[in-house]
Formats: sequence, C-alpha cells, structure tokens
Amino acid sequence: MGWLQTGVFLLVAASALGVVRTKDPLAQSVAVSFYGLVLALLFFLHQAPDVALSQIVVGAVALPLMILLALSKIHAQDEERKQAGEEERK
Amino acid sequence: MRTFLITAGAAGLAALLVWGLSGLPPFGSYPGPYGEVLNSFAVGERKATDVVSAVNFDYRAFDTMGEEFILFISVAGAALLLRKVEEEEHDSQEESESEDRQPGRAAPPTSDAIRAFGVALVGLTVLFGLYMISHGQTTPGGGFQGGVILATAPLSVYLAAEARTFQRIAPHDLVEWSESIAAAAYVVLGLAAVVGGAEFLRNVTPLGEEEKMGSSGNIFWLNLGVGVEVAGGFVLLLSVFIREALERRLRRESK
Repeated sequence: MGWLQTGVFLLVAASALGVVRTKDPLAQSVAVSFYGLVLALLFFLHQAPDVALSQIVVGAVALPLMILLALSKIHAQDEERKQAGEEERK
Repeated sequence: MRTFLITAGAAGLAALLVWGLSGLPPFGSYPGPYGEVLNSFAVGERKATDVVSAVNFDYRAFDTMGEEFILFISVAGAALLLRKVEEEEHDSQEESESEDRQPGRAAPPTSDAIRAFGVALVGLTVLFGLYMISHGQTTPGGGFQGGVILATAPLSVYLAAEARTFQRIAPHDLVEWSESIAAAAYVVLGLAAVVGGAEFLRNVTPLGEEEKMGSSGNIFWLNLGVGVEVAGGFVLLLSVFIREALERRLRRESK
C-alpha cells in the first residue's frame, strides 16, 4: 500500500469514529455522507471505480438523503401530535 | 471486574487481528483463475471493455436481476408504509384553511443562489446520468449508478423551481409505470433468449462494435432498463417522502 492509500485508510477510520461519536441524528447524516465519500475514495484508490461510483451515489447521496427525509417526516409528525395535544387541553 | 473483562477481550481481539493480518497474501495478489479468464475473454466474447459490467449484466446477469428486484420491492415497501390514509387526507384538507398552524409550515422562500445553481445543475445531471447508463459496458458505471444520478435531476428541480414544474416533469403515474415496465423488461429480455432456445438471460441481441455506445448486446439493453428502473424508483421514493410538502406548495402556488 502506498502512502496515499494508507492516509485515506486512516481518514476512513477517523470519519467512521466521527459518525459513531456524533449524537445528533441531523449532524450524523452529514457525517455519514462524508464517511461515504471518503470510503468511495478508498475504493477508487484500490482500482475499483465501479464500486466507488456505487458507493458515492448510495453511501454519500442516497443514504443521507433518506435519513434526512425520514427525520423531517418524524419532525412533522411530532409537531402534529403536539398540536393535537394542545387542542385537547383547550 | 468490568475493566478486567474489557481488557482481556480487547487483548484477545488484538491478538487475533494481528495473527490474521500477518497471514494475509501480499497486497494486490490474486490467486483465483476466474478473474484472469474473464479479463482475457470478456472483450473478445462480449465486446465489453468494462469487465465488471460484463460480469454483472451478462455472465452473472441472474444475480443482478435479484438485486434489481430487491430495490423494486424496497421502494414498493416504503411507499406502502408511508402511504396516506384516506381519513388523514380529509383532515389535512380541512386544516388547510389555517395554513399557519400546519406542521412544517412557512418554509422560507428559495434563495436566488439555490435557484440558479439548481437550474444549471439539471441539464448537467441529466446528461451525465444518461452517459453513465449508456456507457456502462465501455467505462465504469452503468444502470444503477446512472439511474441514481438521473433521479437527482427532478430533485434539483423540486428544490430550485416551482412545485408545479416538478409535477410536470415527473408525474406520479408516469414514474410508477416506467419503473414497473423497466423492471419487467429485464425478465422479458431474459425470457426472449429462452424463446429462442437458449438459456435464461443469454446474450442474444447483436453485440456491435466494442467501445461504442450500444455495443455488447444485452449488457447495454439491461443497463438501459436498470437505469430507468433505478431512476424511477428513487423519484418515487422521494415523492412519497415529500408528498405532503409538495401538496402544500401546490396549494400555495394556485392561490
């Protein structure tokens, strides 16, 4: 392994730790996107451009997007429930 | 006691890791014969310069059919889970009178920077997505990757333009039908070979000239189908998630 591959390998490990250590789901979705991008770079450096492309579109774009959309959906439902509770009390 | 356990466990794991890693073959070595055989035959036999695509869409096309239908079923499942119950729809229409009290109301107006960037991005993503799908057999990429890229075009339209424009370029029925038809086309193409007397998913379409668009026969056509299916699936998934926000925006625009 060359120094570039070693460096990216360490970056993957560091950003993976970052994803696990992030507590807020919203920030975590951004962190996991960065992790996916770095992982794609690692795949590319190991001569797997096909896998790297899949990793970019799925790991760095689709997965964080789905997490974001799900979070916004949960958020909207929470607010709806809160409103319903307030109306009942009136 | 706990510290002792974790130290012993970590030490054991580290020892196993070092033992395993020290026995690894040297970096880049490849003992299997399969890859070498494919590398020397794929270009001549299938006119495909991207051997990965040749494996995925020809030699192992059956596995890829499974993958495609995993995606198809996940999208269908998500759409089923997030479907709007009839009753709820009625409620939200009543509530729409008091727009201010709706959850997630009053989204800030889209900034000019996002609008300009989004509009500039649409043409580029469509072109790149189509290139990725149509050149899967010659360069890295293919239907799966290109399909997702293609699906980001309606998303940037949704972010940058009016909700009505999003509905016009990606009407729900069209997306649903094209996704289903493209998924079925994979099986139909596979069965076409059976009708001709060969085995399921045998490459039966003309192979053409290598390194050209539309070469490699089935590999090109399957990539095209998968591209449409994946793009449709992602747009469908997006529209299921953003349906409520989309309806709200449409109501506001029609006022």
